[in-house]
Amino acid sequence: MPIRTVMKANEAAAWAAKLAKPKVIAAFPITPSTLVPEKISEFVANGELDAEFIKVESEHSAISACVGASAAGVRVFTATASQGLALMHEVLFIAAGMRLPIVMAIGNRSLSAPINIWNDWQDSISERDTGWLQFYAENNQEALDLILIAFKVAEDERVLLPAMVGFDAFILTHTVEPVEIPDQEVVDEFLGEYVPKHAYLDPTRPITQGALGFPAHYMEARYTVWEANENAKKVIDEVFAEFERKFGRKYQKVEEYRTDDAEVIFVTMGSLAGTVKEYVDHLREKGVKAGAAKLTVYRPFPTEEVRKLAKKAKVLAILEKNITFSVGGALFQDFSRALVNESEKPIILDFILGLGGRDVTFGNLDEVTGICQKALAGGKVDEVSWIGLRKEILE
Amino acid sequence: MAESPFKADIERVEKEYSEKMTVGATATIPGSSVINKTGSWRVFIPEFNRDKCTRCFLCYIYCPEPAIYLDEESYPVFDYDYCKGCGICANECPVDAITMVRETK
Amino acid sequence: MAVRKPPITTREYWAPGHAACAGCGCATALKLATKAFSEAMEERYGDPNAFAIAQATGCMEVVSAVFPYTAWKAPWLHVAFENAAAAASGVEAAWKKLGRKGKILAIGGDGGTADIGMQALSGMLERWHNVVYLMYDNEAYMNTGIQRSSSTPYGAWTTTSPPGKYSIGEDKPKKWVALIAAAHQIPYVATASIGNPFDFVRKMKKAAKVDGPAFVQVHCTCPTGWKSPLEKGVEIARLAIETGVWPLFEIENGDFHNIKIQSPGGGAKVKREGGRVVAIEFKKPIEEYLKLQGRFKHLFKRPEAIDQLREQIKAMWKVLGVEVTLPKPEE
Repeated sequence: MPIRTVMKANEAAAWAAKLAKPKVIAAFPITPSTLVPEKISEFVANGELDAEFIKVESEHSAISACVGASAAGVRVFTATASQGLALMHEVLFIAAGMRLPIVMAIGNRSLSAPINIWNDWQDSISERDTGWLQFYAENNQEALDLILIAFKVAEDERVLLPAMVGFDAFILTHTVEPVEIPDQEVVDEFLGEYVPKHAYLDPTRPITQGALGFPAHYMEARYTVWEANENAKKVIDEVFAEFERKFGRKYQKVEEYRTDDAEVIFVTMGSLAGTVKEYVDHLREKGVKAGAAKLTVYRPFPTEEVRKLAKKAKVLAILEKNITFSVGGALFQDFSRALVNESEKPIILDFILGLGGRDVTFGNLDEVTGICQKALAGGKVDEVSWIGLRKEILE
Repeated sequence: MAESPFKADIERVEKEYSEKMTVGATATIPGSSVINKTGSWRVFIPEFNRDKCTRCFLCYIYCPEPAIYLDEESYPVFDYDYCKGCGICANECPVDAITMVRETK
Repeated sequence: MAVRKPPITTREYWAPGHAACAGCGCATALKLATKAFSEAMEERYGDPNAFAIAQATGCMEVVSAVFPYTAWKAPWLHVAFENAAAAASGVEAAWKKLGRKGKILAIGGDGGTADIGMQALSGMLERWHNVVYLMYDNEAYMNTGIQRSSSTPYGAWTTTSPPGKYSIGEDKPKKWVALIAAAHQIPYVATASIGNPFDFVRKMKKAAKVDGPAFVQVHCTCPTGWKSPLEKGVEIARLAIETGVWPLFEIENGDFHNIKIQSPGGGAKVKREGGRVVAIEFKKPIEEYLKLQGRFKHLFKRPEAIDQLREQIKAMWKVLGVEVTLPKPEE
C-alpha cells in the first residue's frame, strides 16, 4: 500500500532513492540539499537501504565516485546544489560522454557571487550543455516521482544518460507538503534491476572505459550523446505513460493549464508553476485570457511540444529564475531556437525574476501581464525584463 | 617455436578490430594495442646471443613494452614487431648477451 | 636442460603497442605492478584476475587507452586528472555490493596525485577503502610537457622551473607523498623503484594483500623529462637508491618510530640497532646519479646547490629515523 504522509522535498528525494535501491551513494553536504544524504545515511544505518554510502570529501569526489561505481555496473544516486554542482562540472560531461545512468537530485539554488543559499535555477541550468537529462519538480510529490522516472529513462538502452531532478531550494526542499510514498513492490516492477550492458568492470570480460578520443573519433562519440538525447524524447513519453498506469499520476513534458483560448501564456518551471496557475485563475476571473505552461522536462528540450504550445498563444511570457548575461534567460534562448524558423510565432518575452530566493508575488506577475498586454497592443517593450528589481538600492 | 603471450590478442584484433563507435566510446578488446607495431620506432635493434644468456630474466623484467617474452626453456625471445630499441635490456644484461646495433632497414 | 622459472608470473595485463616513449620507466612499473597484483590475487583469492584499475589522466593513461584500442587486459577506468582515488572509491564500493572478491588498483602519476589529486587521495585513504594507490613518480607533470610538480626534486630543470640568472631550477625540496599517506595511519605505505624491481614487486604484493588502503610510490625514470640516455633508465633509478636520493622504506599503520628501511646497496654501510636501521654511510656520491641526467646539468656549475640537495636528502632520512653520511666526489 502506498503511504500517504507529509514531508519536505529533501526527504521525498531520499525516499525515492531508497525505493530505487541504488547500490552506491556518494554524497557531500551542501545547503539546501544536505538532508538528502543525511536521510539516506539513516536508511543505510537502519538497514532499510542496502547500499554503500561513501562520505566523500567534496562534490567533485562525490560525482567521481558515482562515475566509478556506475562504470563498475551498479545503480548509483547522489544529491547536491549550487556550488557543489558547479564543482562537479567537468565530471558531468564525462558521465554523459561515458553514458552512465547516474541520477542526481538538485536542490535548485543560486550560484555565488554573492554567496546566496536561496532558490533559483542557475545551478542546474548552467549544466544544460552537459548531455544530462533535466527534470524540474513543481512540488514534493513530483520530486519523488521524477527521481523514479529519471532512473527508468536513464537506464533505458536507447538512452543511457545521466539525469538530474531539480526542486527549488527552501520553497520545496524545506517545506512540508503531502506526499504519497509508492509501494516498494510496484517500484520494483516499474524499475527492475539495473543490468549494465556497456559499462562494467568485470575481470571475466575486461574492457577499457574512458579512453582517449582522437579527432578521428571524438565527434562520433559526441554524436551518440546527441542521439541518446533525441531518443530520450520518446522514451520519456513512454515512461510517463507507464508511470501513470502504475502509480496513477500523470506527467507531461510540457503541462498546460487553461491554454486553449489563452492570449498570454506564462511559461515556467518548478514551484513557480504553482504560483502561476493560481495567478492564471485570478486573471481569468478578471476576464483576461491567460494560460500557463510548465516544463517538467528541460533536457532534452521538448521542441515539438513547445511548437504546439506556441500555436495557441499571441504572447509567450517566459518567467525564469536564471540569467545568461547579455542574452537573457536559458528558457528564452531555447524557446527562441525552437520557434525561430516557424512561419508564424507568438511574441516571446523574457522575464527574469526570483533570483537568489526573491519571492515572486502577484504584484510581480501583474507587472509581467502589463508588459505583455502593452506588447499585444503593439507597444514597444524590452525583450528581456528584470521583474521585482529593487531599483531604490541600485544607482 | 615460442609463441608470444599476445598471440591470441593479435589474432583477435586481426579479426575483430573496428573503429565503429561503441556506447560510451569504450575500448572493448583487451590488449588491442597490439595493432600498433611500434617496432617501426627503432633506430637501434637488440642482438641476442643465446649462448651467453644465463636466464637471469632481467631483460624480461625490465622491458617496458614488453617486447621480450620467454620460450619453452625460459630463454628470452625478442619481439621485433614491438621493440622500440631503448637498449635497457642490453644495458642491464649482466653477461653482455645483448648488444644494441644500429638497424639498417 | 632444466627449465628455470621466471621470478614473476608470465601472465600479461599490459600489452605492447602502446605509445610510451622508448625506455619509459613508468611503463616498466605498470607492467610489473599488474603482474604483482595478479600474483597477490591468486595467492589471496585463488583468482589471478581479481582486480580492476582506476587511473588518472597522465602519460600512462594517454599512451595506453586510445579509442578503439587499449593496452590493458584488466578492467580499466579513466575518469579525469585529479580523481583516480575518488573513482577507485566508487569502484570499490560497487564491488563490495556486487560481492566481487579482489582489490582495486588506483594509478596516478605524481602529476595526478601529489598536487591536484591530493584531496581525493586523502579522502580515499581516510575512508579506509580497500584500494592500493600506486603513484608512479617521474618527478614532474610529464604528459603536459615536463612542468614541475611538488614531487620534483630541488635543482631540477623543468619547463616551469628552468635554471637561469635568477633561478637554480626547482627551488623547493621534494614533497614526499608517501609520508603524507603514512600520516593517515593506513596499513601499508612503501616507496619503491624500477631500480629494484624485486623489492617493488614484493611491496606491491604486500600492499595488495592488506585489508584496507595501501600506498606505493615507485620511482620511474623518464628519459624525455630527465634528459637521460634511454638505455640507462634502470641504471639511473638504481643509482638514486644507491646514493641515498631515493630511500626505500615501508611504514605500517603510521608507525613512524619503526620505519622499515631496505638496504640501498651500492656499497653503502648500514648500521642497525635493535633490528632498526639507525645510520647509513653511503659510498656513492649523489653526483653519480645527477650527472647522467640533463635536468641536473646546470648544477655542476653551482656546486653549492648540490650541497643544498645533499642537506635536504639528509633531512628526509632524519624523518625516517636514519642518520646518513653522503660523500662528496673524490677531489
